[in-house]
Amino acid sequence: MDISYYLYLSAALFVIGAVGVVIRRNAIVIFMCIELMLNASNLAFVTFARIHGNLEGQMVAFFTMVVAACEVVVGLAIIVMIYRSRRSASVDDASLLRR
Amino acid sequence: MSLITVLGLLPLLGVLALVFLKKDDALGVKRLAFATSIIVALLGIWIATKFDRAESEFQFVEVREWIPTFGINYSVGIDGISLLLILLSVILVPIVILAGWNESEGGRWSTKTFYMLILILETMMIGVFAATDVFLFYVFFEAMLIPVYFLIGGYGSGERIQAAVKFLLYSLFGGLLMLASIIGLYVIAGNQIGRTFDISSLATLQIDSLTENFLFLGFFIAFAIKAPLWPLHTWLPDAAKSATPGTSVLLLGVLDKVGTFGMMRYCLELFPNASKTFTPMIITLALISIIYGAFLAIGQKDINRLIAFTSISHFGFITMGIFAMTTQGHTGAVLYMVNHGFSTAALFLVAGWMIHRRGSSTISEFGGLQRVTPVMAWSFFIAGLSGLALPGLSSFVSEFLVLVGTFTRYPVAAIIGTLGIILAALYILIPVQKALHGPTTAGNENLKDLNLREKISIAPVIVAIVALGFYPKPALDVINPVSERVITKAGFSDPAPTLGK
Amino acid sequence: MLESETLVVLIALPLFSSGFLLLAGRKADKWGHLFATAIAGSTFLLAMIEMFAMVGREEANRALYQKVFTWISVGSFNVDAALLLDQLSICFVLLITGVGTLIHIYSISYMSHDPDRRRFFAYLNLFIAAMLLLVLGDSYLNLYVGWEGVGLASYLLIGFWNKKPEYATAAKKAFVVNRIGDLGLSIAIMVAFAVFGTVTFKGIEEQANSASQGAMVAIGFALLLAAVGKSAQFPLQSWLGDAMAGPTPVSALIHAATMVTAGVYLIVRSNFVFDNAPIAQFAVVIVGAITLLFGAIIGMAKDDIKKALAASTMSQIGYMILAAGLGPIGYAFAIMHLLTHGFFKAGMFLGAGSVMHGMSDEVNMRRYGGLARYMPITTITFGFGYLAIIGVPPFAGFYSKDKIIEAAFNLGGAKGIVFGSITLLGAVITAFYMTRLFMMTFLGKKRWSEGQRPHESPFLIWAPMVILSLGSIGSGFLLYSGKRLEYWLKPVVDKGGHKHEEFISHATVTTMALTAVLIGVAIAIAKYRKDIPIEAPEKVSIFTRAARKDLMQDQINETLFMRPGLAITSTLVKTDEKVIDGLVRGVAQVSLGSAKGLRRIQSGYIRNYALLILIGAAALIAAIWVVTL
Repeated sequence: MDISYYLYLSAALFVIGAVGVVIRRNAIVIFMCIELMLNASNLAFVTFARIHGNLEGQMVAFFTMVVAACEVVVGLAIIVMIYRSRRSASVDDASLLRR
Repeated sequence: MSLITVLGLLPLLGVLALVFLKKDDALGVKRLAFATSIIVALLGIWIATKFDRAESEFQFVEVREWIPTFGINYSVGIDGISLLLILLSVILVPIVILAGWNESEGGRWSTKTFYMLILILETMMIGVFAATDVFLFYVFFEAMLIPVYFLIGGYGSGERIQAAVKFLLYSLFGGLLMLASIIGLYVIAGNQIGRTFDISSLATLQIDSLTENFLFLGFFIAFAIKAPLWPLHTWLPDAAKSATPGTSVLLLGVLDKVGTFGMMRYCLELFPNASKTFTPMIITLALISIIYGAFLAIGQKDINRLIAFTSISHFGFITMGIFAMTTQGHTGAVLYMVNHGFSTAALFLVAGWMIHRRGSSTISEFGGLQRVTPVMAWSFFIAGLSGLALPGLSSFVSEFLVLVGTFTRYPVAAIIGTLGIILAALYILIPVQKALHGPTTAGNENLKDLNLREKISIAPVIVAIVALGFYPKPALDVINPVSERVITKAGFSDPAPTLGK
Repeated sequence: MLESETLVVLIALPLFSSGFLLLAGRKADKWGHLFATAIAGSTFLLAMIEMFAMVGREEANRALYQKVFTWISVGSFNVDAALLLDQLSICFVLLITGVGTLIHIYSISYMSHDPDRRRFFAYLNLFIAAMLLLVLGDSYLNLYVGWEGVGLASYLLIGFWNKKPEYATAAKKAFVVNRIGDLGLSIAIMVAFAVFGTVTFKGIEEQANSASQGAMVAIGFALLLAAVGKSAQFPLQSWLGDAMAGPTPVSALIHAATMVTAGVYLIVRSNFVFDNAPIAQFAVVIVGAITLLFGAIIGMAKDDIKKALAASTMSQIGYMILAAGLGPIGYAFAIMHLLTHGFFKAGMFLGAGSVMHGMSDEVNMRRYGGLARYMPITTITFGFGYLAIIGVPPFAGFYSKDKIIEAAFNLGGAKGIVFGSITLLGAVITAFYMTRLFMMTFLGKKRWSEGQRPHESPFLIWAPMVILSLGSIGSGFLLYSGKRLEYWLKPVVDKGGHKHEEFISHATVTTMALTAVLIGVAIAIAKYRKDIPIEAPEKVSIFTRAARKDLMQDQINETLFMRPGLAITSTLVKTDEKVIDGLVRGVAQVSLGSAKGLRRIQSGYIRNYALLILIGAAALIAAIWVVTL
């Protein structure tokens, strides 16, 4: 099987994630789309590691996972807090920085 | 430590002492600030007596490493030109403090802040004239804007904030161009002689002519904004109208001189070839400034704006003298800077008192002041006569030197420049007639004449105006060696008389 | 040349006295005028001492020189504050200090009711100092200092009663018009320095023969412009009439006897320039000729006694300028006429002041008439001056004017006839208007109103007039006999000892001149024997109307210079506000506008930001892709 298919899949996932971030309003969904993009890039890293035959790509993938995990922790906490105070998880309602 | 460094640090010491005074102790603040400035002035005069007149190179030199990575040094030193301008600054500051004893009231911040700003400004002024490292000069050049910005915006009158912002933006724009040129110079120096900002090392660089022209313009535009040259002048009348009299004196009397000083020290020494290339253009601009400023001054209704426009005309003369590239023109220009400092100081201070008493700065609101307030009227008149370059008063010597120096190289320009002396008679005598002569305008009958404090503060300025007119030799002796050095370095020599013996 | 140590005292005395009186304030009011008069008197004494010492020395050693200090020294431009007292300047020094002292004495009484009398005397002293510097300076630049100094004194004195706005305007006008002349002087100095490398009279004179014609003509014309401005010659004469706003002693001293003749001094002093620049020299003659007629014509129509005298001054200086333009044959006569004119014109001005004093400051001659009975001394002294100016022998003007007419004819050829005739015509008109003035004032029926009580002036006023009238009688003969002044001035103005041809005999000239005077006087008597209307008649020829308005000079200046100047000023003021500052404000507006536009992108919605990041990233990748392609 041609290894470049992994890359196509990664690109597709990334685009899905990106579109999700741009068009959805629910914070949780946006959050999940970001995760999707992170994982898409992880897939690309691993694929490149395979192509080049070294371990750097895999190492970065692990690194990304750790960062993603941290982000989940912080991000979810923020979303929950926002939901508690505003009874809504829509990000448009939280455009507070503009005013 | 060089005496110049001490001189520069003294006002800062005064600021430090001011910090410990209470905010509402206005009198104490004023006394302390005045005392500090007097000490600085005395030290300045003492330095002048120690100065070696025959020497054309820098004296009282001090060099310390500042940011070694970039080859930036704290290096100061003075030649004749810087000495005179520093003297002018340190003499004007105590006069300004004494003359405008109450002008800090009604400001946005406290009296204490006002005097701290003035003293900080004094340090900056000394620094900018004494710096011999281009980067250090640049730092002072830009840092000077800060106290002036707050002095105009916080303590001025009328549309003071707008005027302050206009001043700041104009200056920053010029400063930015200069910074680009400085970086360019630094890069070229890095390729040729190593990382340095030292002015005498930079003067030895070999720069191709296109680059040199651009670098020159960067410096020149910054200086042309400072010493307002047409058409970059429109910030000055607004600033002069809104600032307190004292601030106007420091702004026009000293700060703007940084522009012409910079043209001399930096444009000519660093870029002699580009200076030659641009000379025709600059002389033209200077001529336009002379005539244009004079006409505009004639057409002004506000006394402060009028003085500002006369200054634009005078700066035209100074610039013309600098770029005439003759010793007479050059020496005349330097002397003009000093003389203009004193005569403008007198005009602004007296105008300030008049405005304060009358509550209006419109010239037609005054009238017949000569009979009501003779001392004030006479002070204004003498300052005005100096402004129109009456022989026997200081401006005449410098203006004539500039004209003679220009004539030997550019006769047509000099002849057009002399038209300025007719217009000068008009722009001085019209306000003199309106404000001092004629019947006393209603509401002016009970104006008070100058009090003792005001008399004491204006007296030294008038003495300087008269003394430098009759006996300019001490000043000329200090300037001559330097202007000869600059002219020679720029590759010029005085045109010989057609029939010289 | 002998060195002197004391010349500077002549100038320093009145200068310090002036400064002292101005600074002393009201405390000096009681004795300030006496102090100033004493100072003026002592300068006159000093001048007399110098004069006798000079006469006692051999001709080669007569000139005195004093270097006071180095004034300006830059590169090759070296100017000392130095004084030169030679045969030419001593004439002026005596005139200035002599007439000056008399006018000080006169003013003590004339100004006694003025609360600012001390200030007036301080200005007078300042004038004496500046005028002495003008004639004593050894270089053009020193002369320039005095030149502007007298301008300042004149400004202060014309505007002495500046409470009246017209008087303040007259003062300003005098200063500004003078500055146009000063422009000429500065240009002359600049050219002289560029060509000769020096600005001293001596230095230039030594090299004058080797200079190019172009340079000499340029200097000559520039100096002529200076002289024209200071001496109220055509076309810069308009200020002199208005200058009569000053107190009458000022008109006598500054605007008749001394300052206005500075232009003549300048031209005579610069003889080495003009003798080497024939074109410029000829221009001098033309200017003198035009002005002598111009002033005389205005003089015929004026009803204001001071303005009529001012017009006459203008005309008489025209004579002097004309003579100075004739070259070596004319210099001495220019100076001779200047000296005699100094006496008789100052005397007549003081007489006019005395009349005004007795007539409660009335100046309109139509309201005078028959004053001879009430003011005998004034009438007699004025009469001597009158006889002198029209040139009746043996009064002073006869000798000096006669010589000028003769010299003009001796130009030879068509030129000689033209300029000779002009001077003769001038003599006719002078005789006419002066007779008219004298008759309207002192003779005929009284035309003043009931309230007037004409009376003779006090001693302090008439004494100076008597002394000056003695000068109007005797000075001409004294200077003329034995060619005394000609020989005296020869070392300064006629070093080459020029020979000149005589085209016309002396006797012919005298006859013609006397006939001219007779004609002028006869016409005037015929015309003014009749009753003179109190109001100036309205139905007069265009000619008279024009002359009453100074031959439209003010109107011409207004349309040619003032109006366009004002237009330029207001246009520039608008341009500055609208265009130049507008451009600056435009830049500010553009940046504000674009900031407003860009602000819309900051919507606060996360997806917008995310989209922008995405687009940015895509653009970056695209850019890299394009570059690496």
